Amino acid sequence: MDLGSLLTTTLTDTLSVSLPLFRTELAVAATVVLLLLCRMLPVLRLLDSALVALGGAVFALWFAWVDLRGLPGSPWAVADVAATPLRQELFGGLLVFDSLTAYIRLVLAGFLVLYILFTKVSGIPDREDGADFYTMVLGATLGMCLMASANHLLMVFMAVEMASVPSYALAGLLKGRKASSEAALKYAVYGAGAAGIMLYGISLLAGVLGTCHLPSMATELARVVGEQGIGSGKVMVLALGGLMVAVGLAFKLSAVPFHFWCPDVFEGAAAEVGAFLSVASKAAAVALLLRLVFSLGDPAAATAAGGAAAVAGLAETRHFMTYVIALMAAVTCTLGNLAAYGQTNMKRLLAYSTIAHAGYLMMGAAAATAMLGTSPAGARNAVTALAFYLGTYLFMNLAAFAIVALLRNRLRSEEISAYAGLVRTSPGIVVATAAVLVSLIGLPPLAGFVSKFLVFSSIVEAIRAGAEQPLMLVLLVLGGLNTVLSLFYYLRVLKVMTFDPPPADRPTEAFPLVSLPGAFVTAVAVPVVVLGVFWAGLYAAAQIAGRMVS
Amino acid sequence: MTAADAISQPALWPLTAILFIPAVVAAFLSLPIIPKAREEAVRWITLATTAVVFVLSLWMAWPQLFGAAGPAQFTIGEAGMQGIVKQPWIPAFNIEYLLGVDGISMPLVLLTTFLSMLAAAASWPITKHVKAYHVLFLLLETGMLGVFVSLDFFLFYVFWEVMLLPMYFLIGIWGGPRREYAAIKFFLYTLFGSVLMLLAILMLYFTSDLRMLSLEQLQAAHVIAPGLDAAAAADAVTAIKTAAEPIHTFNLLALAQLGQLPNSPFAAVNLWGMSLETWAFLLLLIGFVIKVPVVPVHTWLPDAHVEAPTPISMILAGVLLKLGGYGILRICYPICPGAGLSLAWLVCGLGVVSMVYGAFAALAQKDFKRMVAYSSVSHMGYVMLGLGVWSAVAGNQFRWDAWAQGVNGAMFQMLAHGISSAGMFFMVGVLYDRVHHRNLEEFGGIFNRMPVYSGLAVAVFFAGLGLPGLCGFIGEVLVTLSSWNYSRVLAVISAFTVILTAAYILWAIQRVYLGAEYKGPHGDHLTPMTGRELAIATPLVFLAILFGVAPQTLFSYVTPSVNKQVETLADWTRRVRPDAPGAQEPLAPAAAAVVPPPAVAAQR
Repeated sequence: MDLGSLLTTTLTDTLSVSLPLFRTELAVAATVVLLLLCRMLPVLRLLDSALVALGGAVFALWFAWVDLRGLPGSPWAVADVAATPLRQELFGGLLVFDSLTAYIRLVLAGFLVLYILFTKVSGIPDREDGADFYTMVLGATLGMCLMASANHLLMVFMAVEMASVPSYALAGLLKGRKASSEAALKYAVYGAGAAGIMLYGISLLAGVLGTCHLPSMATELARVVGEQGIGSGKVMVLALGGLMVAVGLAFKLSAVPFHFWCPDVFEGAAAEVGAFLSVASKAAAVALLLRLVFSLGDPAAATAAGGAAAVAGLAETRHFMTYVIALMAAVTCTLGNLAAYGQTNMKRLLAYSTIAHAGYLMMGAAAATAMLGTSPAGARNAVTALAFYLGTYLFMNLAAFAIVALLRNRLRSEEISAYAGLVRTSPGIVVATAAVLVSLIGLPPLAGFVSKFLVFSSIVEAIRAGAEQPLMLVLLVLGGLNTVLSLFYYLRVLKVMTFDPPPADRPTEAFPLVSLPGAFVTAVAVPVVVLGVFWAGLYAAAQIAGRMVS
Repeated sequence: MTAADAISQPALWPLTAILFIPAVVAAFLSLPIIPKAREEAVRWITLATTAVVFVLSLWMAWPQLFGAAGPAQFTIGEAGMQGIVKQPWIPAFNIEYLLGVDGISMPLVLLTTFLSMLAAAASWPITKHVKAYHVLFLLLETGMLGVFVSLDFFLFYVFWEVMLLPMYFLIGIWGGPRREYAAIKFFLYTLFGSVLMLLAILMLYFTSDLRMLSLEQLQAAHVIAPGLDAAAAADAVTAIKTAAEPIHTFNLLALAQLGQLPNSPFAAVNLWGMSLETWAFLLLLIGFVIKVPVVPVHTWLPDAHVEAPTPISMILAGVLLKLGGYGILRICYPICPGAGLSLAWLVCGLGVVSMVYGAFAALAQKDFKRMVAYSSVSHMGYVMLGLGVWSAVAGNQFRWDAWAQGVNGAMFQMLAHGISSAGMFFMVGVLYDRVHHRNLEEFGGIFNRMPVYSGLAVAVFFAGLGLPGLCGFIGEVLVTLSSWNYSRVLAVISAFTVILTAAYILWAIQRVYLGAEYKGPHGDHLTPMTGRELAIATPLVFLAILFGVAPQTLFSYVTPSVNKQVETLADWTRRVRPDAPGAQEPLAPAAAAVVPPPAVAAQR
């Protein structure tokens, strides 16, 4: 193939195939550019950057929705709009568009819209910082969208970095505060370390397998493991490389033992930043984890490599990945819940709660991996469960952090003890907090229960399908016990708010729900209740995401 | 079925209305429409709501009282499920909004609505955060009713958990000095049990397969509407039978049908040396016995009952404890009959241990309310024994009518205990409201100071004691008699426990009501009962006497359904476990003595 025809193919591929499925990211990227341009011209400086960002986010949301709606199997398909392909590699295989990408992008874009509204209501950032803040938020979101669609190890690394670097700066947003700067530094140092290890792991994998394109890697992997057998030098290097990549992922997921940054950063940074890190970052990391595991463990790749040895080799790889994820899930969940006990600061408590929820999410991922080879239907259900979990998690955690931020504006404190007796003056906000925290425990009829129910049911499905049975049973029991464990610390917050007498020096003004902040809290807390009772709609959307498992 | 069809079907309404009226009123009360200062209005609205729900449930349960019976009402003497409400909820998991009542749940629904009404009336002394209290109270009522009427396991679990949070706050905010400890302890124990229950639910769901059931079984389980014409029903069966993938279900009736198949899918699966059936039975049993409660998981009960305010104690003892017994009867045995058969010794043993332990513990109490709380542990032990005897197998003494007798006795004991224990807690509360202490040693002479109250209280305590002619007697006698066939040792022990019961109750009556004069503080506050208190106490005493002298009033509801379930399981044993000792004995007319002739039921 000569250069001319190569260029022509690339051009048509880019223009007619890749870019139309890349509109969500393009909308976000264009908004970033627009935000920066607005700072150049004095006239445009009068424009509120939040509005610009909001406009861009709404466009991104619309494009993401159109992409999801058009996927085969979607109940919302519109007759005269062409269907979206179920799986399409973009930009020569660097990215991939499939149902999981579409769903995660929708979650991210939806979160972005709500998040910008939230920052507008809470007043951080102020007008001065707005342009910087939204540029970084949108930039990080762009990186997260890429994390959800990366199909090449280089893109994986680039996407993770693109999502992380703006987050470091965001953590230091409260410029005058020492804790904030410390959080930013800690986050950056940890992040750099994790990124270095991950990059080293990538180079090991790429060196042994000779490619960075994930589907091709899977075929190579099956062949190498099948030929060389477990325990050979090459396979050991591969395992090491895989573990090193897992370190980078664990950092993004805040999984134990790479979680140390999380409580400090959440406590030091503004609650607004905590909301961003705990929701968006988590959703993208889960998507990336699923992408890597499902690409590298794809049973079809083993068939392509040919031979029973390759099939057995890939099964062995999946077994290894399942154990790593399950072990991390178990430890993360238990440690997160136990460490949350002693916390007196609400943001720190929510940080440990985030860690614990990462554990539940990884339990679902472990079940999905376990069933990938033996029961594709079960794996599909597990991915659906995770997608649903992320959809509800968005509302739960955004609402939780919104309450923290808005109460901070009133009470000038984020300590749990400052919330004592809040029910006397502001019953509305306490009811909203109760709904959110009880949903995080996972009690019906709230959204968190359904999510947990779905994850546990995936684990049971794995047990019934005979996939990694003893391990899955351990996960199931641990998941149940952790639910009971988590009861204490969430309820303690409610206990302080309702049982304890209010401090004498508290200003008596109430936090009325009929106000802009109150309306926002209501708007994000109501879905937590509604999705707990009428969850068929969100489940249908999540089922589309599950179709990524072929 | 479209929404318009659903609205136009009168049969859909009674249960849904009974279930959700309290929740809707709670939502209304929580809106800032009634000013906070109008506490009296909130109390009256709550009382009116609970009264409406009670009248509605009575209208449904006892059509003869209101004239001609409509299609939506309950037919006394019919064993099967009635008043079925069936709407799809989450199609992806075959979760349905499936409600129904039979002779087992209908009286429990009545008990719940009745006690809720009395408890609402007993809530007048609550003066702290009145509005929040009543909102939570009404939500609690919806949760309790939901458990009794749900026939979908998912729905059942949702309602089971919905009760927890209101109860936590009701104990934690309006309770006694150690309320926070008691509230979290209650929550933790129950949540632990319900997480285990969730695991069992998931295991059963993913093992179930509707394709294994025949048309008759599917219709009996209301998977296919029994009224459907033959052609449509045949189509529906074909659609189920020819499905490529297993069709899982949460339908409790269908799960029971599956569990009783000769090739039960739950018995076929083996996990770590035990069948899935046994695992599920054990997990569910733990979840339910925590609620009953049974020694050694009873320790939340004395704390919660003592710290809770009087009306909440009435609800706790009167209704919440019955949820555990109901769950064992409705879910454990029908779905996992094989495990029930092999683990009968466990259920019976737990029952007798708590019976004796509770009685001894009650003897040792100095706190009046704590004594009543331990008496609940003891009395609920009879329920466990009666339910366990259901699957009695011992030597060659296996008799089918003993099963039915035991279960009928357990059901009667649950209902009777609902009346008597709620009454006892209310009576203690009346005294506490006046003198603000509950120390058994510092009472005495109440008979002289408050004669009317003391008369009613002694009647209620005698009912709890099990005096013949009062409601507590019937259940205990039936359970003890039936257990004779299972194990003479257990029967003798449970008979002797009656002496212990008599000891602690008579001793308490002696210390509190008899004696020359009142010994404790605030003696001048011992004023006669108010009209409101009389209005609460009198119906309880009346029912305690009524059920004691005319137990047919309850048995006419309970017995047909219980006997049908027992006969089904007896038949199951003969078919599936022919080697069980005595399984080939002919089926005796079950507990004929306690079944009223149909004519009696029709006359009422």
